[in-house]
Amino acid sequence: MEKKWWKILCVAILTYAILGALLFDAPRLNILNETIRNLHFHVTMWFGMIILLTASMVYAIRYLRTGNQRFDTYSVEFANVGILFAVLGLITGAVWANYAWGEPWSGDPKQNNSAICLLIYCAYLVLRNSINDDQQRGRISAIYNILAFAALIPLLFILPRMTDSLHPGNGGNPGFNAYDLDSRLRIVFYPAIIGWTLLGVWMISLRVRMRKIQQALED
Amino acid sequence: MIITLIQKEFILEWRQRYAINGIILYLASTVFICYMSFNLKLGLVDPVIWNALFWIIILFTAVNAVAKSFLQESFGRSLYYFGLVKPESFIISKIIYYTGLLLAMSTLGFVFYAFVMGNPVQDKLMYFLVLLLGSVGLSSTLTLTSAIASKASNSSSLMAILSFPIIIPLLLVLIKASKNAMDGLDRSVYTDQLLTLGAIIALVMGLSYLLFPYLWRS
Repeated sequence: MEKKWWKILCVAILTYAILGALLFDAPRLNILNETIRNLHFHVTMWFGMIILLTASMVYAIRYLRTGNQRFDTYSVEFANVGILFAVLGLITGAVWANYAWGEPWSGDPKQNNSAICLLIYCAYLVLRNSINDDQQRGRISAIYNILAFAALIPLLFILPRMTDSLHPGNGGNPGFNAYDLDSRLRIVFYPAIIGWTLLGVWMISLRVRMRKIQQALED
Repeated sequence: MIITLIQKEFILEWRQRYAINGIILYLASTVFICYMSFNLKLGLVDPVIWNALFWIIILFTAVNAVAKSFLQESFGRSLYYFGLVKPESFIISKIIYYTGLLLAMSTLGFVFYAFVMGNPVQDKLMYFLVLLLGSVGLSSTLTLTSAIASKASNSSSLMAILSFPIIIPLLLVLIKASKNAMDGLDRSVYTDQLLTLGAIIALVMGLSYLLFPYLWRS
């Protein structure tokens, strides 16, 4: 069996993080109250997504430089799981917004921009499906992947800060920094990011192996 | 080299005038459809809607105008260019040519749009500057996506799928900045929006310059 330790670590961290998120003492803040526990599910999803999509872009660049088909497979699988994380991030955000803002979707800049990001990455998958030749597909989708990442960063991190947003951390709302200082949240939050990202990598490694077997069966 | 390529684009466009006439007609009919379906003149239509509608018309015209930039190139001709010119100068010449085309189209569109829908724009010079920035931004984004889409099958619908989500940030800033120019606000109020536009354009152009050579090789 190849390296098993990080999978065990992943399960252990996630068990700790989920239990900790639900049971540990959380600081009391106006408006947020108990919904602050969503930090460990919602925000960690976006952190995980950024890490995975960054890796996807890095593999796209490596594919362009080397032309190695393996990098292309990594790139698309990282993007796939990144998209899954983004969908989960949107859903957990909507559940939270239902309590904090009174409705699941209120057209907040941050919600809109993440929906646009999702559209861009779905377009990436559509683009991949519409090209038949392997090399051509790898090259062109790698180029679009880099373009998509270049659009992702301003959409998620720059543009929401330029407009009024109700989202914590934007427009003067108590945000990440206000409760990040609280060590009771920090001891769960940071491990949770690592745990979810490891889970994503685990899923990716399974999918990559599945593809390899499929390819071997075709050949 | 770049100038020769731009000249080539002009000559090609001039020889097949149906394409550019088609775009102008497309623009005019879209404006007229909006005018008829809102069935309103200025004063009844909200300035915010007036502005947003104008940019949506420009967006659709631009997608249609630029879509053909790579789709029209036949395989043999692309191979010929490949042997002759550097990919960087090829993409830059395309971007410059389509910036000019889009600027002409959007100015024409603005004149016709203002003619039927009324003209509430107060700071005309700044509105024109935003139009210029918009043409540069739209042409650079759309040229790259058109190059990507031309390599895939079913490229005409793929062009819209690929370019629309990427264009949204650009379009939002354009709409905001042009709304400010329309209201005749003090220019210093929205210089940062113009700077944002410049930053987005620089980003897209840099990416086109870096990525197009890879696209070219396939």
